[in-house]
Amino acid sequence: MVDAHYFGDGLTYLNPSDLRGKLIAIEGTDGVGRSTHIELLQEWLEVQGYGVITTGWTRSNLMSKTIEMAKEGNILDRWSFSLLYATDFADRLEHQIIPALRSGFIVLADRYIYTAFARDFVRSNDRKWIRDVFGFALVPDLVCYLRIDVETLVLRVIETKAMNYWESGMDLRLGNDLYESFKKYQSLLIEEFDKMAEEFKFEVVDARKPPEEIQEELRAKIQTLLTTEGLAPALLSSASQTSSRS
Amino acid sequence: MSDQTSTSAAPYPYPGKLIIVEGIDGSGKSTQLLLLHKWLESKGHKVFFTEWNSSDLVKNTTRRGKKNKSLTPTTFSLLHATDFASRLYHEILPPLKAGMLVLADRYMYTAFARDVVRGVSPEWVRKLYSFAIKPDMAFYFKVPIEVAISRLLGGTRGQFKYYEAGMDMNLSQDVTESFRIFQSRILAQYDKIVDEYQLITLDATQDIAVQQDIMRRLVDEALKDYKPRRGTHGRRTLFWRRFDVSKSE
Repeated sequence: MVDAHYFGDGLTYLNPSDLRGKLIAIEGTDGVGRSTHIELLQEWLEVQGYGVITTGWTRSNLMSKTIEMAKEGNILDRWSFSLLYATDFADRLEHQIIPALRSGFIVLADRYIYTAFARDFVRSNDRKWIRDVFGFALVPDLVCYLRIDVETLVLRVIETKAMNYWESGMDLRLGNDLYESFKKYQSLLIEEFDKMAEEFKFEVVDARKPPEEIQEELRAKIQTLLTTEGLAPALLSSASQTSSRS
Repeated sequence: MSDQTSTSAAPYPYPGKLIIVEGIDGSGKSTQLLLLHKWLESKGHKVFFTEWNSSDLVKNTTRRGKKNKSLTPTTFSLLHATDFASRLYHEILPPLKAGMLVLADRYMYTAFARDVVRGVSPEWVRKLYSFAIKPDMAFYFKVPIEVAISRLLGGTRGQFKYYEAGMDMNLSQDVTESFRIFQSRILAQYDKIVDEYQLITLDATQDIAVQQDIMRRLVDEALKDYKPRRGTHGRRTLFWRRFDVSKSE
């Protein structure tokens, strides 16, 4: 990574300067089609000869079961809620993301720290603490934000799967029923994502477009990153790549 | 949930009192807290006890991570913070709001000492715990490393545990030597913390009864302005407690 660096107080025992791969985060609220697009992107990149790994929110070896259990209990306070996800993220960062980047892989992250920022902010009205907590995270090379409006999102979620307790932020008691709560909760998340899009310079992609168009846009943005930073396919592990960036 | 936001270790507005103990393994802090617990109950107080890394939510995860040795300094630290957050919200705050006495075996200072020795940033771990409340009394049981080692080896445990000895840090192949190096570094961190947070230092090499006597006098003094909450319900609990087998050991 060019100028790989930590978001805040980093991992003092781990120098990020030797990370040669690229970290690309796909962000967006529930139901915008992140995982479908990531699958297609991985295929597209691998055909070109890039090494790719994907990493997903709550999918760490250490924490996935614990988070499932915690959600079943429905008794999470704001801090435990956010800290569980931070632990999951840290486990994936140190065991998956950093080793892959060090070996020159492209890492596609399904959700990143901004998801945690939005969820914690909606629950606390406080931006500082959660950003301090995630200080050890690597700043991605590219963040693509799949943006959708809440009206379209509601229809899409009802069509494809049911609304669930946590996606509706039912712990916040925002509405009288699941539908009302889902709408209010997702609106708040979208509002915060929009603010962060400016603050952290996300690449915004309109998620209401047909999937093919979205995929094209994502590919174009990724291609630009790989071209401008000189990460050519099938040259990932060559010595010239390392020296050109030091 | 906006009412849950609290500033860094700010004084809290609840009628209860929070008393915590700190110290390395083998300092005798848990024994002292147990004896304090018995004494407070005998005086008719309603007391709630809570212990580091004990919430159902996290305990099993920590155990699993320790078992397959996959914990990093950061996940180790975050898991303990999660446990603490869960216990603060579910175990510590409710009794304090109800006007009870809460006794905690280890508090955030354990993380400030141990996690920093493991390698996380001292600033980061302090920010991590900024939601914690400041205890009314914080005791630090200061003990030389050799005394702690001889207590642990001579006691019921007989040997050191992998993480307790800092074996994950590759300090030494010998477990006792590793414990000595690791816990000595923790002692050095505690020395800084004692100044930073004004912990009450007790000489943990003294006889158990002598230490307990000092502790009780200090607590008695600190509870002068405390209005105990003990209705008939409280007395009944105390009465039946006499027939219980002690669980806190």
